Amino acid sequence: MKELIRKLVEAVGPSGYEGAVRDLVRSEISDSVGELRVDAMGNLIARKGQRQNGGLRIMLSAHMDEIGVMATHIDENGFVRFTTIGGVHPRTCFGGRVQFVNGTRGLIGGERTDAPDKIHSFEQLFIDVGASSRETCPVKVGDIAAFDRPMIDLGDRLVSKAMDDRIACAVLIETLRAIKKSPHELFFVFSTQEEVGLRGATTAAYAIDPDLGISVDVTLSGDTPKGVKMEVALGKGPAIKVRDGGMLADPRVVRLMVASAEKAGLPYQLEVLEGGTTDARAIQMARAGVPSGCVSIPCRYVHSPSEMVDYRDVQQSVQLLTALLSGPIALE
Amino acid sequence: MTEITPFLKELLSVSGLSGTEEPVRRLIKDAWTPLVDEVSISKLGSLHALRKGHGPEPRPRLILAAHMDAIGLMATGVVDGLIRFTEVGGVDPRVLPGQFVTVHGRRDLTGVIVKPDDRSLPHRLRDKPFDMEYLYVDTGLLPAEVAELVRVGDTISFAQPPVELTGGALAGHTLDNRASVAAVTICLQELQPVHHAWDVWAVATVQEEETLGGALTSPFAIRPQLAIAIDVTFARGPGSPESRTYPLGKGITLGFGPNVHPAIYKAFSELADRIDLPYSNEYMPRHSGTDAYGMQIVAEGIPTMVIGIPLRYMHTPVEVVSLKDIQRAGHLMAQFISALPADFVNQIRWDEAND
Amino acid sequence: MTDRTKLPIPLPQIGAEQLTLLERLSNAVAVSGDEGEVRAIVLEQVKPLADEVTVDALGNVLVTKHATAPNALRVMLAAHMDEVGFMLTRDDENGLYQFGLVGGMDERVLVGKPILVGKSHIPGVIGAKPIHLQERGEREQTIPVEQLRIDIGPGGSGKVKVGDRATFATRFQQIGPSLVGKALDDRLGVAMLLEILRNPIPQLELLLAFTVQEEIGLRGARVAGYAFDPQIAIAVDSTPARDLPNYDGTENQSYNTRLGAGPAIYVADSGTLSDPRLIRHLAQTGDALSIPYQFRQPGGGGTDAGAIHTRRAGVPSVSISVPGRYAHTPVLFARLDDWQNSLSLLHAALQRLTPDILAQER
Repeated sequence: MKELIRKLVEAVGPSGYEGAVRDLVRSEISDSVGELRVDAMGNLIARKGQRQNGGLRIMLSAHMDEIGVMATHIDENGFVRFTTIGGVHPRTCFGGRVQFVNGTRGLIGGERTDAPDKIHSFEQLFIDVGASSRETCPVKVGDIAAFDRPMIDLGDRLVSKAMDDRIACAVLIETLRAIKKSPHELFFVFSTQEEVGLRGATTAAYAIDPDLGISVDVTLSGDTPKGVKMEVALGKGPAIKVRDGGMLADPRVVRLMVASAEKAGLPYQLEVLEGGTTDARAIQMARAGVPSGCVSIPCRYVHSPSEMVDYRDVQQSVQLLTALLSGPIALE
Repeated sequence: MTEITPFLKELLSVSGLSGTEEPVRRLIKDAWTPLVDEVSISKLGSLHALRKGHGPEPRPRLILAAHMDAIGLMATGVVDGLIRFTEVGGVDPRVLPGQFVTVHGRRDLTGVIVKPDDRSLPHRLRDKPFDMEYLYVDTGLLPAEVAELVRVGDTISFAQPPVELTGGALAGHTLDNRASVAAVTICLQELQPVHHAWDVWAVATVQEEETLGGALTSPFAIRPQLAIAIDVTFARGPGSPESRTYPLGKGITLGFGPNVHPAIYKAFSELADRIDLPYSNEYMPRHSGTDAYGMQIVAEGIPTMVIGIPLRYMHTPVEVVSLKDIQRAGHLMAQFISALPADFVNQIRWDEAND
Repeated sequence: MTDRTKLPIPLPQIGAEQLTLLERLSNAVAVSGDEGEVRAIVLEQVKPLADEVTVDALGNVLVTKHATAPNALRVMLAAHMDEVGFMLTRDDENGLYQFGLVGGMDERVLVGKPILVGKSHIPGVIGAKPIHLQERGEREQTIPVEQLRIDIGPGGSGKVKVGDRATFATRFQQIGPSLVGKALDDRLGVAMLLEILRNPIPQLELLLAFTVQEEIGLRGARVAGYAFDPQIAIAVDSTPARDLPNYDGTENQSYNTRLGAGPAIYVADSGTLSDPRLIRHLAQTGDALSIPYQFRQPGGGGTDAGAIHTRRAGVPSVSISVPGRYAHTPVLFARLDDWQNSLSLLHAALQRLTPDILAQER
């Protein structure tokens, strides 16, 4: 699975421009699913199985898009000013590398600040692609880039940009492959534009109209020095989300996930995330409402170019979802 | 007139935070079932109670929405037997230290919100009010037992019993919005002998305080021609600006602004004038901060109305409401529904469409 | 390069009639939630031309102009009728009223301005304390809205009431190449939609939404988008041109759009990442027909497309705007040429739309 993860996280696919990731996912799953389509928002929707014996229509969602930057102005010397797409922090920018969807690579430089230890504001930053004039610059206003960093394999821990949320795309792909039999009609949605407002999941959920929704996304962890205070930690298993900044998971879905984990003998953690949300919120609000929850992969340094996950948590997430989706489900 | 008080007090003693409304929903379901024809539960847990109108089908439908969820707290971790927590809905941390709460763990536990001594906190916080991040719930139990009984994600509700004050006022937590649930109950009671033309859906919505989840989804299932949100509004009180508050006990409020269809406002204000029911107009230049904000934009759009019950000290455990105003809200809704002709839908128009 | 005269339908031209209509629209008082005055003008204009007209629950005017061929592409155009303004919230007696803001406005531009209240356009002013009576340092503070009052004069009781909406009193005028007035965001767009209706495209099912409450959350567009359920949506709006020279002489790199550079095509704003297929279509149309256009700087702002593109199963969408300086203030300056070119680009792009534009993946 590590090779699959590497391919996914290293692909360039910022919000609205997920084509490269979509092609990759499609090539991985096309022979494992019954039906595959791409909708108006660019979501890749794969259907597997049919409802039988009281089975449910279940929508699973992992987002293909990553945060990025979009060119707003090319100055006469070929330097590129930019705006952010999704939640980019200024402090992760200076000195970073980016790759545009059109292939152009560059780095983020900055103006001189008042004091050497001050963090640049976005207005003080620019992308240098090595061009020397506006006319010869291979980037134009509106071109979009993602952060550029190869994955490193530290054994149990993996580090890369876009673990949010390509790691979950990998989890869904492996889950899709691992499920041999299920009473449910399963829709695996590789969604778009999550980072700018859950836009892909909103329309996918409306179209699918599921009985149950589960998103798979990263969550923060509280296990780094003087970091956010949170019980979730790397290496303690998949996190079952109780709530986050935008969603209250349906308690029945939480109970279901806990029961599945315990029955399968898998470790798990309960998650309360203050701030941030996932596709599950959008699914929950579709039409007349959808009971929803989320399986989270604990992740350090989220929305930086070096996000870290624990490989065992990732594998156990696959196991948890496989177990949950393979058996009957009664929401009570 | 005060018969609603026992039911209201019961509502205040049952938990039901945003996202975990089941206990209060059961109570409301028991109260509403004898008053309506059909009761069901939405996909997100809202309670839908249909009182059918009289007359041939298809009958027009209206929703009376009162959110049943409450604000409260949620456990985020346990440290030495003390429970760290975050909020569910908007909670001012300054009102918290010293409050009695109920921790809904493996069993219900009594607890008190405590603040550590200044000496164990960062220096900059000395003598200042501080964030929820630094507060704990102390249950009085030893760490080993707390570790068994309490988990991340367990909800914590306020435990103040309600207090009857002079002048027909009631003080307690979660009068936002159980006061409105009581008002809707009064309305359903008053409608018992009435043959009304419209189908009436009383909806106790979920998650108003966090996501407007109930307001955004119930109307999609019901598809009403009209939706009324009943919620508490700001009553005049110490520290609150006079221009944005309404007298306590002197009447309810009728909403006016982009979140309210002017034809429905007009119908309500004319009715209130006719039956001498005291009210103030509540001018809301932008949004109403109620379920009406969600309901108005569901599917093709729904004409909405907002009825307000003035309340002091909103989102504290000592909210104060006038029982008379609750009665007035219920009565006005019942009168409105009783008098509503089947073809009122044709009157829900914008002035310029009249030719 | 295609000759414009080779398009099947001549591109609509803006003349005296269109300018007179724009003047009426600009001068109307139609604040978010109370769009009646503009709605009345729109209804009057569309009724003789439309196949179907409805006013929905929120007050949107929804107009359908059927295609003449079956299986036509369903294209929605949206322009908002509402403007930012004020609502009177409390009667302070003697003709003085407290008020709240409706929509986003720079609070610093309110003070010392004439305003009009309600459909009867009752004149008033937002006054300011005389300099002579000010304390030292007061001039450095912005006066908060809570301290300002709308003053309609001491004899005004009965003429206006609490709940009425008000706008700046600016009257529309044309000054040389410029169109000058209040609420040109988005009366320019409303007028453009009316011109499209006058010059319909037979192979398209045209779904025109004159929306409400855009300025307070795209609320009208959301329900209109759901009701129409289009295959493609284009929001037609006005966007700020922040192209004044920098105070220190350095290059202005945050201009958003430039006056005189033509209609602004949106790549990204805070609510929508425009569908690249539609961005390309608009740009190719401009290139082919030599219609000037510019790309709006990505980021910030928003249009009705934000609420339409995520409706139901999703709607490929893009926005196109007329640049205007000083938006959301008493006076907006736009250029007649930009307005004409926006209309030309939009109409030409519609004429050149074919169903296979959606055949390739987004």
